[in-house]
Amino acid sequence: MKYIDEFNDPDLARRLLDEIHAIVTRPWALMEVCGGQTHSIIRHGIDQLLPDKVELIHGPGCPVCVTPLDVIDQALEIAARPGVIFCSFGDMLRVPGTDRDLFRVKGEGGDVRVVYSPLDALDLARKNPDRQVVFFAIGFETTAPANAMAVHQARRLGLDNFSLLVSHVRVPPAIEAIMTAPECRVQGFLAAGHVCSVMGTAEYPELADKHRVPIVVTGFEPLDILEGIRLAVHQLERGEHRVENAYPRAVREQGNPAALRMLEEVFEVNDRNWRGIGRIPASGWRLSDAYRAYDAEHRFDVAGIRTEEPAECRAGEVLQGLIKPTECEAFGTSCTPRTPLGATMVSSEGACAAYYLYRRMNNAPAAQGPRVPQSQQEEMNPVG
Amino acid sequence: MCLAVPGKVVSIDHRADPLTGMIDFGGVHKQACLEYLPDVRVGEYVIVHVGFALQRLDEASARASLELFEQLGLLEEEFGDAWEQAARQESGSEAR
Ligand code: SF4
Repeated sequence: MKYIDEFNDPDLARRLLDEIHAIVTRPWALMEVCGGQTHSIIRHGIDQLLPDKVELIHGPGCPVCVTPLDVIDQALEIAARPGVIFCSFGDMLRVPGTDRDLFRVKGEGGDVRVVYSPLDALDLARKNPDRQVVFFAIGFETTAPANAMAVHQARRLGLDNFSLLVSHVRVPPAIEAIMTAPECRVQGFLAAGHVCSVMGTAEYPELADKHRVPIVVTGFEPLDILEGIRLAVHQLERGEHRVENAYPRAVREQGNPAALRMLEEVFEVNDRNWRGIGRIPASGWRLSDAYRAYDAEHRFDVAGIRTEEPAECRAGEVLQGLIKPTECEAFGTSCTPRTPLGATMVSSEGACAAYYLYRRMNNAPAAQGPRVPQSQQEEMNPVG
Repeated sequence: MCLAVPGKVVSIDHRADPLTGMIDFGGVHKQACLEYLPDVRVGEYVIVHVGFALQRLDEASARASLELFEQLGLLEEEFGDAWEQAARQESGSEAR
């Protein structure tokens, strides 16, 4: 079995899988919220090693994918301005705006820089006092403390040429939105481990209770995911709905107190649009009053942006777990990582990209393939 | 980008503001902000996300994770040249 051999502990993987196969008696649908977990699942074929009764639904947890199109277009417009150094994480370079991406803006002469950390952007502001340095502050709770520290330092140092274009999103309101959607099929959640490294687990018991769903905090590696699935299925089979921590080596119940204090100081909760999904109440953070002067949206007048999504892109449905990427007609034909129509085909955490990269590779003749029926293989075999 | 990579704290610059340390990610050395784990010590393992140490980790699981990340090419993805990666993607020669 190709996949199991690739796990860092094949014996343990086999034992976890055997146990999941042994305890499951009814069909269950679990959602992994985080895109990093989606990639791990598809890369290692975990969905295909599970009993047929356990379905994994891929969630909206890819910050790159859910950054709204109008914010991407704002970023592109600011990045193209003379006198601006626009800094971003590398994942954003190829995310399609209405008619271009950051990669293109750079090609056209915009000063776009990729930074590893928001503090690198702050450094650029210090070294270029005559330029406006803008950092594209996207991400979930995992990334927010880093971005908060950057703007906190900027204010302390009086670096007035630094600002953030903020598009932060929070996981618990997304879980709430998914559970209250009329078409919801999700019966249990794998919660994102590194989000909880920062936030702890305090926000989840209320959700588990209210919607009667198990929520299992899970890591990203294949074994972590299998363990998370095992615990979730175990709870479901017994009719339980608790918060469980399957990733204790990196998640403490109280989270990271120093990071939480910084978040509290720099950000305030606001309603946010998620690309392809729509407005989710209280699902984001924006800069608090004390930091408003460092908000690029206020500093740069970027009015009059008209956005347009390609009509054939179904990323919204993919992000809500309503369809699998392969159900989109454009998948692998007009939409590939090279010519992405939606952000989910670009990001290293996007579900469309995961299906494209790994399912295609696994269908190569050399691979001792996973158990994919022939009909499905053809459908997944993209051109290009 | 949500990846958090385990690494070992090899030195701490107590005069740096914000508090900064050097982290060894299986041979790749990179600075990280330690402000969110202010009492971390040299020799401890931490998970680092976009240049910030977020939590401690025990050595055994840190090593196991690093090995896996290395094998899967995730370290290259995290620390490699994003422009090169984007250009490869654009030209269709992205191989993983
Ligand atoms: S395959 Fe492409 S077009 Fe279809 S939903 Fe995914 S990103 Fe959108």
